[in-house]
Amino acid sequence: MARAITPQKKVMWTALAWAFGLLMFFPILWTFLTSFKTEAAAISDPPVWLFFDWTLENYAAVQERSNYPKALMNSIIIAVGSTLLGILIAVPAAWAMAFVPGRKTKDILLWMLSTKMLPAVGVLYPLVLLAKWLGVMDSRILLIVVLMLINLPIIVWMLYTYFREIPGEILEAARMDGAGLRSEIIYVLTPMALPGIASTVLLNIILAWNEAFWTILLTTVNAAPLTAFIASFSAPEGLFYAKLSAASMMAIAPILIMGWFSQKQLVRGLTFGAVK
Amino acid sequence: MGKISLNQVTKSFGDVQVIPPLDLDINEGEFVVFVGPSGCGKSTLLRLIAGLEDTTSGHISINDQDATTLPPAKRGLAMVFQSYALYPHMSVRKNIAFPMRMAGVDEATQKAKIDAAAAALNLTDYLDRKPGQLSGGQRQRVAIGRAIVREPAAFLFDEPLSNLDAALRVGMRLEIMELHKKLETTMIYVTHDQVEAMTMADKIVVLQAGVIEQVGSPLELYHSPRNKFVAGFIGSPKMNLIEGPEAAKHDATTIGIRPEHLIVSKTEGAWKGRVGVAEHLGSDTFIHVHDTGLMDMMTVRITGDIEARHGDTIYLTPMEDQMHRFDARGLRIE
Repeated sequence: MARAITPQKKVMWTALAWAFGLLMFFPILWTFLTSFKTEAAAISDPPVWLFFDWTLENYAAVQERSNYPKALMNSIIIAVGSTLLGILIAVPAAWAMAFVPGRKTKDILLWMLSTKMLPAVGVLYPLVLLAKWLGVMDSRILLIVVLMLINLPIIVWMLYTYFREIPGEILEAARMDGAGLRSEIIYVLTPMALPGIASTVLLNIILAWNEAFWTILLTTVNAAPLTAFIASFSAPEGLFYAKLSAASMMAIAPILIMGWFSQKQLVRGLTFGAVK
Repeated sequence: MGKISLNQVTKSFGDVQVIPPLDLDINEGEFVVFVGPSGCGKSTLLRLIAGLEDTTSGHISINDQDATTLPPAKRGLAMVFQSYALYPHMSVRKNIAFPMRMAGVDEATQKAKIDAAAAALNLTDYLDRKPGQLSGGQRQRVAIGRAIVREPAAFLFDEPLSNLDAALRVGMRLEIMELHKKLETTMIYVTHDQVEAMTMADKIVVLQAGVIEQVGSPLELYHSPRNKFVAGFIGSPKMNLIEGPEAAKHDATTIGIRPEHLIVSKTEGAWKGRVGVAEHLGSDTFIHVHDTGLMDMMTVRITGDIEARHGDTIYLTPMEDQMHRFDARGLRIE
């Protein structure tokens, strides 16, 4: 495929790619800049770009007014907990679907994915009633279970596609070598699928971290994660853009840093099933 | 111990019956080869014995114990796969140790057995490598090592040499035979290559469409094939099968004569033909003979070399005492 790429074309495409990249990144950049402005500068019209009095007072104010460490801790526990619980359930499920498929396996997989198309608000009422009845409102365990259930179809799908790439003969060899089902999954399947499991874990931690519907609605104080932490700055005394921005930066920073360091696994995770 | 019996075993995939009711006895210490064209059910049969496939009906017993519903892990058999099926994330040492680890063998015994297996299979220098860093032949040796340490009731080989090049194949064939002589353990070996079957087996099981066509020693199969299929499948080059008036002369529907049982002459003989391709191997010569009026192309095998050019006229005379006769159903007439 020797298609000539002229330098002009290369420059054009590069510029276009950068333009798109910056466009996508702009909201985060703007939030970042705003978080260092005074409230007055934050709402000034025309907007100020770089030449304003840089201040850290928003960050200090946010720290003072709310419990950032607690929200951070909640976010970590809920995101990691729901992902690990999901993996624990999804590994055996994906094993069964990939290696002992039945006639309905494909249908079950599609049906599972179809639950993602249900508007979340549709099950809000029954879920809140159920949580209240169980006495688990505003608890981390509730959010861990709910977010696990929401992301389970994706976790199963991702693991299923990774497992399918593993030759069944190797698992059969393990069976011949005296491994029971548990040993087969722990000693043979899991280590071989580790890169795939890692991408799945990363992607689902991010999904759980960013989930804002259930985390805000099902928590008040105790289990409130960073999403609720941000939301608490948008009300009720009116809008404080600079403080809201500072809170947002603090909420997204951990996941942004994690995402940056695990880019390679993430790209593999996001394109799952696309390339064999 | 390593006695395996199949009693009225059948296997169906959905509505398709791939193995109709089948009986087979494998005695302790035997080297049994399942051979047949691809799709004949030989691998399925092996997997049924291994427990990797469930039987649809019938019984399998190992050492007189019913094993029909036992999971593969509990049958005490070891298997060597065509694709080697090594654990890519484990070193050679860990691969070989795996069955012992599953059986809960203590570390010292594990180490002793690994060292012994590695020494026997020339793997000592490679114990700390990963399978990906080994050649095909070495990988197959690791797979065999993994099977040996298990001290199985029987070894199952599923076309273990198909992925190796020709030279390596001959070497590995000998190694497996020597291993059998040394261990005296039952071995069941699946192949589509009748040369492997002839050279390795104590007992050959010829399969076609899931049906056992004949069970016997290599020479029994060679000298008295039970039917036309076995006659054509065993032996290389293939037996010449002649139908029509020439067969009727011998009171048969089909007569078979092996390429090596034809006497060649340039001047006289029973059948006259024209030389097509002559394959000179040095030790032997295979001549393809056309226009005999008996069959499309007849193959002749001559020990040593012979001057035969394309288009030459050639005369063939069958050795009457080496002729095989088959009836209308394709069965042997004694």
